[in-house]
Parts: sequence; C-alpha cells; structure tokens
Amino acid sequence: MQASDRFNINSQLEHLQAKYVGTGHADLSRFEWAVNIQRDSYASYIGHYPMLSYFAIAENESIGRERYNFMQKMLLPCGLPPEREEE
Amino acid sequence: MYLYSLTLQQATGIVCAINGNFSGGKTQEIAVARGKILDLLRPDENGKIQTIHSVEVFGAIRSLAQFRLTGAQKDYIVVGSDSGRIVILEYNKEKNVFDKVHQETFGKSGCRRIVPGQYVAVDPKGRAVMIGACEKQKLVYVLNRDTTARLTISSPLEAHKSHTICYSLCGVDCGFDNPIFAAIELDYSEADQDPTGQAASEAQKHLTFYELDLGLNHVSRKWSNPVDNGANMLVTVPGGADGPSGVLVCAENFVIYMNQGHPDVRAVIPRRTDLPAERGVLVVSAAVHKQKTMFFFLIQTEYGDVFKVTLDHNGDHVSELKVKYFDTIPVASSICVLKLGFLFSASEFGNHGLYQFQAIGEEPDVESSSSNLMETEEGFQPVFFQPRRLKNLVRIDQVESLMPLMDMKVLNIFEEETPQIFSLCGRGPRSSLRILRPGLAITEMAVSQLPGQPSAVWTVKKNVSDEFDAYIVVSFTNATLVLSIGEQVEEVNDSGFLDTTPSLAVSLIGDDSLMQVHPNGIRHIREDGRINEWRTPGKRSIVKVGYNRLQVVIALSGGELIYFEADMTGQLMEVEKHEMSGDVACLDIAPVPEGRKRSRFLAVGSYDNTVRILSLDPDDCLQILSVQSVSSAPESLLFLEVQASIGGDDGADHPANLFLNSGLQNGVLFRTVVDMVTGQLSDSRSRFLGLKPPKLFSISVRGRSAMLCLSSRPWLGYIHRGHFHLTPLSYETLEFAAPFSSDQCAEGVVSVAGDALRIFMIDRLGETFNETVVPLRYTPRKFVLHPKRKLLVIIESDQGAFTAEEREAARKECFEAGGVGENGNGNADQMENGADDEDKEDPLSDEQYGYPKAESEKWVSCIRVLDPKTATTTCLLELQDNEAAYSVCTVNFHDKEYGTLLAVGTVKGMQFWPKKNLVAGFIHIYRFVEDGKSLELLHKTQVEGVPLALCQFQGRLLAGIGPVLRLYDLGKKRLLRKCENKLFPNTIISIQTYRDRIYVGDIQESFHYCKYRRDENQLYIFADDCVPRWLTASHHVDFDTMAGADKFGNVYFVRLPQDLSEEIEEDPTGGKIKWEQGKLNGAPNKVDEIVQFHVGDVVTCLQKASMIPGGSESIMYGTVMGSIGALHAFTSRDDVDFFSHLEMHMRQEYPPLCGRDHMAYRSAYFPVKDVIDGDLCEQFPTLPMDLQRKIADELDRTPAEILKKLEDARNKII
Repeated sequence: MQASDRFNINSQLEHLQAKYVGTGHADLSRFEWAVNIQRDSYASYIGHYPMLSYFAIAENESIGRERYNFMQKMLLPCGLPPEREEE
Repeated sequence: MYLYSLTLQQATGIVCAINGNFSGGKTQEIAVARGKILDLLRPDENGKIQTIHSVEVFGAIRSLAQFRLTGAQKDYIVVGSDSGRIVILEYNKEKNVFDKVHQETFGKSGCRRIVPGQYVAVDPKGRAVMIGACEKQKLVYVLNRDTTARLTISSPLEAHKSHTICYSLCGVDCGFDNPIFAAIELDYSEADQDPTGQAASEAQKHLTFYELDLGLNHVSRKWSNPVDNGANMLVTVPGGADGPSGVLVCAENFVIYMNQGHPDVRAVIPRRTDLPAERGVLVVSAAVHKQKTMFFFLIQTEYGDVFKVTLDHNGDHVSELKVKYFDTIPVASSICVLKLGFLFSASEFGNHGLYQFQAIGEEPDVESSSSNLMETEEGFQPVFFQPRRLKNLVRIDQVESLMPLMDMKVLNIFEEETPQIFSLCGRGPRSSLRILRPGLAITEMAVSQLPGQPSAVWTVKKNVSDEFDAYIVVSFTNATLVLSIGEQVEEVNDSGFLDTTPSLAVSLIGDDSLMQVHPNGIRHIREDGRINEWRTPGKRSIVKVGYNRLQVVIALSGGELIYFEADMTGQLMEVEKHEMSGDVACLDIAPVPEGRKRSRFLAVGSYDNTVRILSLDPDDCLQILSVQSVSSAPESLLFLEVQASIGGDDGADHPANLFLNSGLQNGVLFRTVVDMVTGQLSDSRSRFLGLKPPKLFSISVRGRSAMLCLSSRPWLGYIHRGHFHLTPLSYETLEFAAPFSSDQCAEGVVSVAGDALRIFMIDRLGETFNETVVPLRYTPRKFVLHPKRKLLVIIESDQGAFTAEEREAARKECFEAGGVGENGNGNADQMENGADDEDKEDPLSDEQYGYPKAESEKWVSCIRVLDPKTATTTCLLELQDNEAAYSVCTVNFHDKEYGTLLAVGTVKGMQFWPKKNLVAGFIHIYRFVEDGKSLELLHKTQVEGVPLALCQFQGRLLAGIGPVLRLYDLGKKRLLRKCENKLFPNTIISIQTYRDRIYVGDIQESFHYCKYRRDENQLYIFADDCVPRWLTASHHVDFDTMAGADKFGNVYFVRLPQDLSEEIEEDPTGGKIKWEQGKLNGAPNKVDEIVQFHVGDVVTCLQKASMIPGGSESIMYGTVMGSIGALHAFTSRDDVDFFSHLEMHMRQEYPPLCGRDHMAYRSAYFPVKDVIDGDLCEQFPTLPMDLQRKIADELDRTPAEILKKLEDARNKII
C-alpha cells in the first residue's frame, strides 16, 4: 500500500516534469535552475511586445532583431554547462 | 484611496497586422493588434485609413492570422494571445462588432514559454490552424463546417517536441492534399548537457514539415531538414495551380527557397554599403502578393529596405530566386499588401504609413539572385546596393503613432484654457516632440474679412432636395449681406432678402421657399420670386425666433409667442398666440420627424431661470407640457436626437433619445432627456464648457445631426461608434456658426468671429487629442521645463549612430562616388526630383531611411533648448567624444550667483554587452544665456558611474550615480561633494524631494525614502519597499505616498503608514531611525502598497495633472505603445460602490473578447488593488439592450443612469 503510494507520487511528479518544462526536482543543479529561469524570461520578453519594444529602444535595434536575439539566446542562456562530477 | 482608471488615448503602436475581407464582399480591411486592442481599419476611397471598429480585449494579443473556408466570401481572424485559448473571430458588419465564433482552452494563461499563442499559422485553404509556443508545444485544430455552413473546430491535435525552440511557423500551400505546416526549430537538449560547448556550436536549426492527416486525424513530423542557422522567419509560397508550393526561409543575410524533395535555392539579401561588416541583415516583416498569373514577396529588413523576391519556376521546380531592391520605408512590424494596390506598413516606431503602388519593380536588373551566388572560402560573397528615393511606392496617408512615448509632461505653457501634453515620441531620426491638446483637429478651408462686425451667419439651400447650400447670409447690426455659393463665394443682390435690416433667422421653409426673420417681421420669399411680408403688430419687435423646415415660432418683446406653420401650398399661416409671463430668452423647435407634418415640441427659455416645453399639436397648441428650472438664465436651446448605443450600422436599431440641450449664461451646458410622447423632462446632465454662455447650433457630421456649442472655445457634441461625445475643437473662439455644404466641402461649418468669416471642416472624429509635431534629431530621453522662461530642455541620445558631421561627410562622399560611378544622367535626374518635391527633402531623408548604423559602442547625443511657442530650437549642443546624456534637471544653487542652472548627467563610452562598462560619467553644469535661449558650459565634473538621476535639493544638487546617492554643491571649477549614501541596492534611476525627505527610486528595488539631516550632514534611508519592482517611472504624490510603474506593466502606489510617518517626523535627534536595525536586508521601516493595477504596457512616465480647468488632479501615465491613461481618485464611497459593482457585473456578463479573464489580466503580476477599470465599465453601452437592462436592474438603476455615471466619470478626467 505504502509502496504504491510512493510510486504514485513519483509518477505524478514525473508526469508534471514531462508536461511542464521547468518543473524542478530534488537533484536540480544551480545551473539547470538558472537556465530554466533565463529561458522563461526570454520567452516572456518575446511574448510581451511592449517589453520587447522597451529593450529595442534601449539597444537601438529594431524590434524584429531584438526578438531574434532573444530567441538565439535561449540556446545557451547561461553559457556552457559545468563539468559533471563523476559519480 | 480608490482609483478609476481610464485610457485617454488608446495605444497607437501596432504589434501585428493582417489583411483580408473581414466584412465580406469586395472591400479589404486590415485587422491590427495594438497590444490589448484589436482594431479593424479600412482605406476609404480617398486613400485615408479609417478605423471601423476598435475593441479592447484585456489581454495581450501576440499574433493574428486570417483564413477563409473554401468557397466562402469572408475571412475569419484567429487570435493568438496570452489567454491560453485559441479564439476565432468573425466581424459582424450589421452590428459592427467582432463575434467570437470559437474559443478553445488549451493551457494556462499568461505569456509562457510552452503555452501556445506566440505563433499562429493557417492552412492556405482554411482547413486547419496551428498555434505554437516559443518552445515545445504546437497544437493543430481542424476547421470545418457543419450542415448549416457554420464553422466548426476540432479538439486539438498535438505536434509537440520537447527541448525544441520554435522560431517561426507557417502553413504550406499544397492545394487540397493533406494540410502541412512548416516550422523552424532548434533542439537544445544536447547543448544543455555538453560542457565542452561542442554540441552548442554544432546545434543546427531544422525546417520541419508537420503533416495533418485529415483521414487519420493525426499530425506527424513529415520531413525535417537542416536549414541555415540564421533562419528566423518563414513565408508561405503559393502552391497548387498558383506556384511551386514550399516555403521561403528568411535567414540572416539570406533568403532560401525550400521544399520537400527540392534542392535549396539560396540568394543573398543585398546590404547597404555603409553597414558595418559585423552586422547581419535580418528580415523583420514580409508580405506576399498574389494575382491570377503571378506572385511576388516583399520582405523588409531591419534597416527598412524592402526587397521584392520572385521565384522563377516551372511547375514545382524552382530554378531561380531573385531579390530586387524595391524601396525603403520605415521599419515595420507587419506589412500588408492590399488588392487595391495599397501597401499598409505598421511601423515599429512612429507613424504608420499607407502607400500606393506606382510600379511593382518589374525591371529585369536584380541586385541578387540564386544564379549569381558566389561562394568563397569566407562564405557567400555579399551583394551591395545603395538606397534611393521611393520609386515604386508613394505615401498617401499616415496614421499617427506616439509609440514609443518616452517622456511626457502636462503643462500649460500656451496659457490656454486646458493644459497641453508635451510628449517625447519616436526613435532615432523619427523622433519628435508632440504637443497634444484635448479636442478634435479641424481643417480651415477659408478665412475672409467682412466689412464690419458680423453678428450671425446662416446657410440656406434653394430647394429641400438640393445637395449643396445656395447662400451664405451674414447679419450685421444694421444690415444683412447675402453671398452666393458657387465656384466662388460672392455677394448677390437679387436673392430677395431684405438687406437694410439685421436678420434674426434665415431658413428654407416648405420645399422651396426662403424665410428671413428680421426684427420687424417675417419675409417669405417664394420660389417664383413673390415676396410675402408679415409685419409685427404695433411697435413691438421680434426678439427671438425658433424654426424648423415647416414651423416657425417668434417671440415678441414683452413675451408674446406667435406660432406659424407652413401649409400644403407652402404659405406661412399664423396658428396660435400665447402670452408668456416675461421676456423670452431663447427658443427652439425640434426638427420635424421623418414622415410627420410637424414637430411636437417647442422649448422656451425664460430669464427667470426656467426652460419650458410647449406643445405644438393642434389640440393643445402652446400648452405647457413641462418645466425645468436651471441654475442660470438659458442663452440658447437645441433639440438633438441621440442614438447612444452600438448596434446596427451605428446604432440604428436602438431607440433614439431626444435631448434638450440648454446653454446657460454661467457657461454650463445642460442636457436633458425629453420624453418623446409626453414631453416630460428627466435625467439631466450638466457640463461646464467655458466662460461664455454656450450658443448651440445644429450641424451635420458624417450624415448625422450633431451639435456645435460655442462658448469661450467651440465644442462638438456628436455620436461616434455609438457613444455620444462632447469634445472641444482646437480652434479659436467663435461667435456664430452654421452648417456649410458645397461641392468642395461636403460637411463643413461656416462661422463668424471678430470681423472674419471662417469656413472649416472637422476631421478625424473620435480622437481625444490632436497633435502638433516638432521633429527632433535623436531618440529623446527626458526633458525639463525652464520654469521662468517656459523653454523646454530636451536630451536626446542614440546608440550605434554617427554624429551629424560624420553623417554629413559620409553622405557627401557617397554622392560623389555615386556621381562618378553611375552615369551622371540618373543622378542629375534624382537631384531635380529632389528640388521639385514639395517638401524639399534631401534625396535620402533620415526619417525615411534611418541613420546609418555604427558600431554598437558609438554614441551620439545632444542637448536641445526648444521654444515651444514658436516650435524652434534656440540652442543645440551636440555632445562630443562618445558621450551620451542620460539625465537632466534644472537647479538653483543657494548662493544664487548664476540663477537657474542646468545639470546634465552624461556617460562616455557606455557599453551594455558583453558586460556593462563605461569610460567615465560626467555631470555638466550649464548656464542659461541670452534669456535662457542658449546654453554655456560652466564646468564638467567626472563621476565614477552613470548619473541616471539628478534633482535639486535645498539649494544643492542630488545625484544618483550607480548605487550612490550624493549631494553636490557648486564650486568654481567643479561640483563639490558634500555628503553621500552608498547603501542603495542597484542603480538609482529617480530622485524626488519634498521638504527634507528624498524619495529615491531604484532600478530594481522600488522606492527608498530618505532623510537628510542638515546638522549632521547625513543622508539615511528610513523606509523602503519589500517588493522588488523594476521601476520605469515614478512620481511623488504626497508627503508619504509615491506612485511608480514597473517594467512589467504595473502601476502601483506605496504609502508610509501614518503612525510611522509621524514617529519619524517627531524624532528630534533622528538617532532612533539612524541606529535602528534594518529589516529584510533593507531599511527598518517598510512602506505599504495601497494601489496596484496592471496596465499591460510599459509605463514610461507618470505625472499628477488636471486636464480640465478647475478639476481635481489625476495621475496621468504614458506608455511605450503610445497610449495615455489617467488614474482618478474617487471622492465618494457611493461612487466606489457603484463602479465596483458595475465592474463586477461587466466581468461576469461580458467577458473579454480574446478569452483572457479580466480580473486575472489586471492582476497579472500582483493582485489588483483598489482600482476600478474604467475601460471595462465604458464597454457597457456596447452591450445588447437586454443585458444592459439586466445589469442596470441588479444595480437598481436604469441603463440611462449608468450611461450618465460613466459620462460623468470621464468628464471629471478630461
């Protein structure tokens, strides 16, 4: 009974993690967390046109260029991932 | 504190625009999304853009697409928004509304990474729609129709792919095969795992085709092919019988044709010769134009150059892709090619343009083609071109846009009745200072001097069926002048009018005879020239007259009313007499209702402050039906029929209300509803119009009756999109007016003022403000007012641009090169065109072409002194050496040696990327010379950071330099540091002071309240905010309260609790606050948030101001998207109750169009607090009548009372 419960919670978590990008877990590293936050931020900038315009004015670029730059930055928002420690 | 939020000027920037036949039939419309507003525009036959419909959706519209079911005549709109829902709209021409056909929920609300809404793509045959997110999720809905030909939508089919960023979506035209959607995708899963960076550098964008199998009802990834890594946009290529199908991939520097099973066809996008080598050329907008025999694409680059892309194809095989320079227009967020030969360009910043095609660039000389693509070791060889004047396009209209509104001040520099709004708008070469005045703009057609001071003016037609007026009749104190209207307006003597007497009224009577009322009688001029005179009995004279086409009532001195009617033969017959108790102040008869012989109501104003309604029916003729007492003697009366609700074609299927308008001698306009049957008066509204008693005139605006009120300024009462508007006109004081119609001017007004006759037209109805534009050089940042001389000091700066001298030199060089390189003929031709052009622009105006791009670390900047009265720049200092101005303030140092000085904070060599960096910051101190018209540098003080905020404080200068707040005093050679506080978290961006308090705004951490102790010469923070707010604007409201706006689009007020404030003020030594322990890593005291509201747009400026003379102040704000709004404090609890209930019912009964929940939207980042959304409440009149009644019943009121309340609330603000 208890075992199946735990299994349920785990499977629910896994379901959440699969469905919603960025759902955390106990072993989430600082880097992974930051990458998620950054990607969410960029997506939000792209989605909110006034904010995108605000950035475009600050950088004196066209809004289209600014959108493209933000999309490009979603690839490696925090630079290269750190070396994995061997287990 | 409860606030009523109202948008005064809707957003003017455009997020995206699509074109289609939304109303059905042949006419093409443009649907534009302006953030939270959806507008439908249409170019009229004169080539002017008209707004047909506009609706606020209370949600962020991110994408639009149009589709049409096969065989249908009408396009639907698919909206991708932040609502987590797909919404399909249909424009209902009859009711002039958007009908929501479908709304399907698929995810959470908000602009999130994986919730679709960012991209919408439709199958060209209208069988399916795909809605995508920035990452992972894509949903496909199948569109079909049921047996009754209504649109149906399926449940969503998923086409998700995890760890994949989507750059663009479009439908692929594959005829009636299974619908296919194309996407540019980038998989990041490996790059996230690989610490060496190899995976990241090898990450490859793919063009993926998703096929919707209509038989299996299933979406599959059909094809995926690597694509240029700079790809950013897809354009559908016509397919089936029209073209080769496939997609056009726009990438940085390239356009590539791609299709499944077809080799890539690639061409370079030509680059301007002056473009720095490290910059790419990116396509930001594209449009396709399709005719029966051919199609082409127009793509616009980020520099504004438009290229025509054509494909040479044979069946499905594309042999060549050609790119030809077309024209250069300001950078657009969307461009739409209309079937009528128009191009609508929705500019990113600044005014939008409507262009007409003169040619479609069919000359064979193309700049770049797939066949002459040169590949070298360094990559593909670039192709260069030189922009030229417009050749294929000509601009025929522009739509004003305030986007981006950088700074705004409400000032009354011109000493007019209402203050003006001075706003800094635009960017780079298209920057401007716009002076906004509340009111409608008018176009003056003619002004002519008259011999003497006219007292009144009328226009008459000769026959009721005539289209245009025949005479203008002007009355003087002892004479009447008759002017005939024809090719020219000239005096005539054969009109039959008596010209030796002043006139009281001139009008058409019956079908074809004219009437002149003068003090001694009525002159009736029949069509055949016979003249009948009716003379007043005894020595009495006529003082007032009221008339319509069939009825005349005159008031004799002493108060006798005599009533005439025109009979069947057109003869004027005296019907009845009535003795009033005293002299009559004014008279009016309602217009004859359609199909009736007479109007039933006569309104009589008396000097005993009453207005009476008298019957004109034969059975109770001149009996008093109702009496109204007013606050002052009436001066003028006018009946006006108003259909104040949307529905039908502008309100036709709603019952009209008859309003009696009375202009009172105290300057108030009184509007009262007259019961059409009984004549009872009810539901009166009053509005102060000006210092003079308003005179009321009936005129016609867009074919409907409207009212012109002449007080100390003219006002127009008219119906626009179902609302009754009473708006001032931006024109001088007028004495008397009449409608005017001739073949040059169908709907004008003729008026007299002083000794001049003026004819003018009213255009751009429905606008709140009219604007005067003063162009500027660079993006304006901030401005201040020189308090004594009423001059504006504006700082402008631009990143990545050349200084004026460098630009001039480059231009000269370029023309010399051009003259040598090309054949001299073409060049000379061009110069000639330039000279002939009416606006005398130089051939390549920066406004059109933009400034040439420089390296991103280059800055240009200038300080400008501008005299707003003459709109001239009296002084312009261009900063040298890569310096840019960031902050400005006027300051009076306490030694008073120089009087008012100007402090400007500048930075040299500012750099944002890869790391924020600067060479040095400076504070310049300038002295005003030549009556403030010019500036002279006193000295320049180097500081260690960016001086983003400056403010005068107790005869010294406070500067926010990075995280340091510092107090400076004026020295001989430089500023002298007096005191500083380094405890601010990030960067200080605003400083405001009041008494000894300093309110500091941090870029990221909201407000900090500081105190300066003069005796100890110390600055300390005693309170701050516990919410991290990315401040973009701030304003000091009162001693304890600050208003701020953050970059996510929220406006909020914070207040220091009363007891805390008192405690701090009463602490004599200040020791307590000074040594108190900080809380939450900040100051010991925290301010309370008292107001919170999500505007949905980045607010860039806040100010407390009143737009109406003598009215209470409200907080005005301006936004990046170019809207202006106001927050007005409620003064009574009853109003708060009423409006919050109305808001609640509106939320329930009339949820926003695009599916976003209203409450959730206004609480997008923080729960909305104590603000009532006036924009939602003002949608009340657009509801169907039964819904209006239902809500009104719940509120224990009638719909008319609610309308009145709404009108009152608006009138308190503007």
